[in-house]
Amino acid sequence: MPMRVAIVSPEAEIWTGEADRLVARTLEGEIGVLPRHAPMLGVLVNDGEVRLKTGGGDVVAKVDGGFISVTAEGVSILAEQAEITTGA
Amino acid sequence: MAGQLRVYRRRIRSVKSTQKITRAMELIAASRIAKAQSRVAASRPYADEITRVISAVASQTTVDHPLTTERPNPTKAAVLVVTSDRGLAGGYSSNALRTANELVELLRSENKEALLYVIGRKGVGYYRFRGRPIEADYTGFSEPPTYADAKAAGEALIERFTREEDPVDEIHLVYTEFVNTLTQTAVARRILPMVLEETSEPTDTVPPLYEFEPSAEDVLDALLPRYVESRLYTALLESAASESAARRRAMKAATDNADELIKTYTRAANSARQDAITQEISEIVGGADALASAE
Repeated sequence: MPMRVAIVSPEAEIWTGEADRLVARTLEGEIGVLPRHAPMLGVLVNDGEVRLKTGGGDVVAKVDGGFISVTAEGVSILAEQAEITTGA
Repeated sequence: MAGQLRVYRRRIRSVKSTQKITRAMELIAASRIAKAQSRVAASRPYADEITRVISAVASQTTVDHPLTTERPNPTKAAVLVVTSDRGLAGGYSSNALRTANELVELLRSENKEALLYVIGRKGVGYYRFRGRPIEADYTGFSEPPTYADAKAAGEALIERFTREEDPVDEIHLVYTEFVNTLTQTAVARRILPMVLEETSEPTDTVPPLYEFEPSAEDVLDALLPRYVESRLYTALLESAASESAARRRAMKAATDNADELIKTYTRAANSARQDAITQEISEIVGGADALASAE
């Protein structure tokens, strides 16, 4: 059962969709999020990367700073700046 | 008289060319409203999400963060006024400035000194002309503002708020809310110390119990400035939409006025032309009579 993921920046929604796995780097280190993860709020490192495994292939987004918020509804990446580098 | 007629024709030409300009500006402003509104819509997911996260964090932690704590004896307040860079937008900037002045008066009556932070050349010009000191000004981005612009102003304000020596105790924001294309209202809001706003949709669900990475304090430390910047960015976007709407309305009024003027001058020119012809005829008749009686 995939989870809903949204990568949003203040100026636009960068990417939304379903993913089976998400990997991001917080201040504490790399963290992997699978569907039904416990609610979590983390601070992302500057100049980091968020990798998603989706049904249609992998998506990698360059994310500079921001937060990851995991709730029962899905995962939100709140980034000050983000862009998709591979996949769509 | 022929001279009179020429003067009217010249006026009509001049009004017509001015009207072309105002009509073009009206159309440009109208298209900018739509763009500005779509920018407001694009910024909403982030703003909503950050508000949701912040209320969730605030509801389950008892952390006293400097950005949310009321100072015991506030004596200094910063007022950030959002105005436009360019004129010809009707009462847009002056409404914002009037609201700002009311706020400054109110703060003064509460024995708080108001420090001015100004966005937009119009506001800067207004205060410079009156010789009022400006703490900092930010210009050149009233249309369209970017997040980086909001961040620059936001960081300066947060720094001023949190610094050890001579800090401000409150930060207020004056901007123009975009109600719809006909109505824009200048509003004053306090952004710091922060009062957490409830999200627009009613939340029946209990906010999730978050785990924090690294810790609640660190997350809040990083989150609150972003929240302030996001609020500021939203205000800038709304102001930009309001500015375009105000300009469109002002330019529409100018175009309509030009129509009215052209109509009046055309009538005057016509009657001047008739007068000239009548006079010419009577001169010819008079001349012919004079010649006939002379023979």
